Amino acid sequence: MIPVGFEYVRATSVDEAISLLVEHGEEATLLAGGHSLLPVMKLRLAAPEVLIDIGRLSELSYIRVEGDEIAIGAGTKHRALEASELLAKECPLLPAAAHTVGDPQVRHRGTIGGSLAHGDPASDLPAAVLALGGTIVLRSPRGQRTVPITGFYTGVFSTVRDPDEVIVEVRVPRTGGAGWAYEKFVRRANDWAIVAVAVVDGRIGLANMGPTPLRASAAEAALADGASIEEAAALADQATDPVSDVPATAEYRRHLARVLTKRALTTAAGAAG
Amino acid sequence: MKVAITVNGQETTADVEPRLLLVHYLRDVLGLKATNIGCDTTSCGACTVLLDGESVKSCTVLAAQADGSSVTTLEGLSSGPDDLHPVAAAFRAEHGLQCGFCTPGMVMAAVGLLSENPKPTEREVRDGLEGNLCRCTGYHNIVRAVIAASGQDPDEVTGTSLRPGVERSPAGGVAAAPGFSTGGAE
Repeated sequence: MIPVGFEYVRATSVDEAISLLVEHGEEATLLAGGHSLLPVMKLRLAAPEVLIDIGRLSELSYIRVEGDEIAIGAGTKHRALEASELLAKECPLLPAAAHTVGDPQVRHRGTIGGSLAHGDPASDLPAAVLALGGTIVLRSPRGQRTVPITGFYTGVFSTVRDPDEVIVEVRVPRTGGAGWAYEKFVRRANDWAIVAVAVVDGRIGLANMGPTPLRASAAEAALADGASIEEAAALADQATDPVSDVPATAEYRRHLARVLTKRALTTAAGAAG
Repeated sequence: MKVAITVNGQETTADVEPRLLLVHYLRDVLGLKATNIGCDTTSCGACTVLLDGESVKSCTVLAAQADGSSVTTLEGLSSGPDDLHPVAAAFRAEHGLQCGFCTPGMVMAAVGLLSENPKPTEREVRDGLEGNLCRCTGYHNIVRAVIAASGQDPDEVTGTSLRPGVERSPAGGVAAAPGFSTGGAE
């Protein structure tokens, strides 16, 4: 499968990428690892006229502690998240979720910023960052702004990112010894989650239970009010809107959300300390 | 556009369309046909090559993205049939192939895996080859070959550990897999 023809420009800095976005307007699309974009281009579901490659920008590839948070460059690859000693110690949910993305070859190319920007509701990292209460830093000609991930997604594959904005950083809290778990249910190796549940510090993020990643707010509230894990997990599919498709019916996804939340909360309770 | 890619240690250049995929650059521009195209959808891993030392699926990388990089294909791994790379030699010794279509990608993925994890457990090998499908389902001997290539005895390595909390593992190892003989006394 061959994509529709396009013009390719490799940006040498974030500022240049922003200038190129301004110059080419909505005809242009950012290319990072390309593991979401290139497949849809090969299927001709997308046909951008200009690809602006930001995949080699070293200024977007870092993981560092900044106060109570960890700042992660948007171009950081899944493999780097997975292998990060810093994250393993300070925010272990994130490398665990990153480890479940695709397969090693995919993780050598895909980036955290690309995954968040793409906005596939079945993606692992958006649900994990949502459970972490992370924020997304965007840069444009108007300057830099920070958007909490709770306000980032507007629907399937859609976000509040403006066409001339570049995601430059993802910030997550240092969760240290807080209990955490990532439970992903798939039928096949290297597949997308049918449902996945991320738990950290009493917050619960759900993947593929609606058009955007969702928090299991009712279950979280029940836990905070002293409910048992079983009681809270039974509420995990409240206010969700899962689809029925080839891998699963909506009702089965609701069942999975409850079961996986129970497992994740149990694991997290055991891991806390 | 002009690209310059070092392939198997040789500098190559060509004038290509930006939409040219790396796998087509290797097969059609350079004539290096060991790298197969299987699914063409980033699933099967038959097109796996090393890009700057890391395994990637070359059906989902543009030649343009590889401009200025170094690529290794199966052709660049061994100097000849009598001097096979340890991973290729292990695939032969352990009979880690049946029809052979997945083999180039499987070998390159294994080389990438061993560069990141030189002494993997059996579970880590299976996990690390998650992106490579063998339509003959010949995984048993493929896993043995990768373990052998790491300098370990495939009859001994049965460890199932991953990072704690990351993934639960099935019990047992290669030798414990039902229905298989590893050639030892029963």
